Amino acid sequence: MAIYLDHAATTPLRPEVLESMLPYLTEHFGNPSSLHAAGRRARQGLDEARETVAGVLGAKPREIVFTSGASENTSLAINGITWAASARGRHLVTTAIEHRAVLNTCAVLERHGFEVTYLPVDRYGQVDPDAVANAIGPHTTLVAIGYANNEVGTVQPIAQIGAICRERKVALYTDATQAAASLPLDVDSLQVDLFGIAAHKVEGPKGVGALFVRQGTNLIPQQQGGSQERQRRAGTENVAGAVGLGEALRLARGDAERLAAENERQRGLRQRLTHRLEGIPDGELTGHPEARLPNSVSWAFRGVEGGDLVAALDLEGVAASTGSACTSGSAEPSHVLAAMGVPSDLIRGSLRLSMGRTTTAAAIDRAADLVAASVERVRAAAQPAAADAAPAPAGA
Amino acid sequence: MSGGVDSSVAAALLARDAAAGGDDVVGVWMRTHPDRGEGWEPRRGCCSTEAADDARRVAQRIGIPFFILNVEPEFGAQVIDAFAEAYLGGTTPNPCQACNQKIKFDLLARRAVGAYGAAGVATGHYARVAHRDGQWRLLRAVDEAKDQTYFLWNLDQSQLATTRFPLGEMTKPQVRQLATEMELPTAATPESQEICFVPAGDYRALLAERTAYVGESGPIVDGAGRRLGTHTGFAHYTVGQRRGLGLTASEPHYVREIRPETNEVVVGSRDDLAARGFVADARHFVAGAPPAERFEAQVRIRHRAPEVNCEVTLVGSERMVVETAEPVWAAAPGQSAVLYLGDECLGGARIARA
Repeated sequence: MAIYLDHAATTPLRPEVLESMLPYLTEHFGNPSSLHAAGRRARQGLDEARETVAGVLGAKPREIVFTSGASENTSLAINGITWAASARGRHLVTTAIEHRAVLNTCAVLERHGFEVTYLPVDRYGQVDPDAVANAIGPHTTLVAIGYANNEVGTVQPIAQIGAICRERKVALYTDATQAAASLPLDVDSLQVDLFGIAAHKVEGPKGVGALFVRQGTNLIPQQQGGSQERQRRAGTENVAGAVGLGEALRLARGDAERLAAENERQRGLRQRLTHRLEGIPDGELTGHPEARLPNSVSWAFRGVEGGDLVAALDLEGVAASTGSACTSGSAEPSHVLAAMGVPSDLIRGSLRLSMGRTTTAAAIDRAADLVAASVERVRAAAQPAAADAAPAPAGA
Repeated sequence: MSGGVDSSVAAALLARDAAAGGDDVVGVWMRTHPDRGEGWEPRRGCCSTEAADDARRVAQRIGIPFFILNVEPEFGAQVIDAFAEAYLGGTTPNPCQACNQKIKFDLLARRAVGAYGAAGVATGHYARVAHRDGQWRLLRAVDEAKDQTYFLWNLDQSQLATTRFPLGEMTKPQVRQLATEMELPTAATPESQEICFVPAGDYRALLAERTAYVGESGPIVDGAGRRLGTHTGFAHYTVGQRRGLGLTASEPHYVREIRPETNEVVVGSRDDLAARGFVADARHFVAGAPPAERFEAQVRIRHRAPEVNCEVTLVGSERMVVETAEPVWAAAPGQSAVLYLGDECLGGARIARA
């Protein structure tokens, strides 16, 4: 039985979303920029998707830019704003726990003479709005703070930060990729100027996202060429992807009551899982206990390698994550956990379990059993072997 | 699975057995040191991102789960730092042997039990394991030119009981042939001859980086103490080395001895480096105990060096005196002296400073 508990990494494509996309992969294949009927039909799909996305965010359709996803959103927002405003100032404010897309984009700007303030976070991963206010200076042109952290699920006080940025007249970019499935998304309530989401975290397709750019915001496009997306993002549009994004959001967010009920259900599962994990010795929750995504449980165990736990779970059919960047290029410990002051022996043993709409209580229980068994086995095996008599050959 | 053709074929053979009802197999690529990325490694080297991807593709092809196991901290301390310290002590390390002893067949094996519930470890080493007369034996590979028991002499009974070497009965050409037949992505991967963590074979740069040792120049002297030249730092040299001494002489000079205490490098003629034996310490016998306090065997003091007959006399609990029937050349302190009897590798020891 396969149990998928890595919704923070990506989510399955919802069947209705696939259905909605198929016509735009088959008969409605036109280029939206074409003048003929095929083009107009494709454009209609794009327009409808744009309206849907705008509706969910409380924005105007003209304020939605379709992109290839969250990393492009970040690049477009951060580079687009800071370079447009560079005559006025070259200072940005962000936090130490942002996604690598934000941090690496800022690092490149630093090499070009921009100054970046990386605000610290508390032990739960939250940034203090007062610290944001204090960091903003006369040459600050952008604050970039993500809504909910992908590793530990901690939610930032975006509305408060938005109010501060509004008052100080500094643009605020918030990556809402992890938050889009569950948290409030109204861009006016949050007072954000740029807001990014990615389809594949809300049961939509990979390779498409949307960036809200508040009307009147000066943005330099990062991809040059045609005049698509009101000249903010060149390139023939991913119509099927945008349609999928729209449909995914509509299904996830369209019914406020259903959304609230689902959030409540997931919080219940989160509690259930947390309670079980608390029974495993030498481990603890990471991130904020309450101000966190309804579906995210991030834990750290002493005396284990998180990667070994993930492998052990994988071989039992449970998909989980360590929450830290462990691509084949580098195995750096989590910068998020480090910024939160989590001790290094715990950082190595991080495990992230994230639920979704289709996750059941039975799945949670089974996963919890397997986590407990795996932690025990990994810990036991980590001890150097006692000197035994060698086993006899077993038909080797 | 390193990403090389040998471990690829080893994995493929085990996967084929698994499909026929044998033990399940999991493929593991070890991350031993950070990938330097483009521009540092001039060609695709061991432990680069490409190597991991190659291993992953092979695992995909043969249908086994694949994981990356991070052993960077332990490898860094027990292999890389030990390597650097050996040079700083005037000795020549054997890092592949250290890696096998401490990492592959120890740490990795334990982690594999914990993470994958593994019953044992298999590698693409050219070597064989057999159970004979109540003991686990480490035997040479059938392909003598490829035999890697020189790096495996520290394995013990409990390790051998849970180790498999699928390539032990095959020759290298047979392995390549099989890789091609099985359409493994790594069938044509070139051999890597260098130490995996020393890019382009330049260990001086590694010494500088790991220990801040940049070398203090000092005298190159002959056996009588006459100064012949200047060296760049004693740790930059190894016994038997001829090149890089910067000496002009009628006959070639070879490094004979390294003296860290006086920062001298002693050179001699080719004949000066021949000896009828040496002392070694940190001895280990695969069987768990030596055959006798004094016994005859064959010894090899370098990988691919010819074996010579010898008599081994144990001294104390750690040391041995090895007397060879013919002279051995440039026995380098720190290197392994590996003992054989017939097709069996008995164990070995570490050549000690005279």
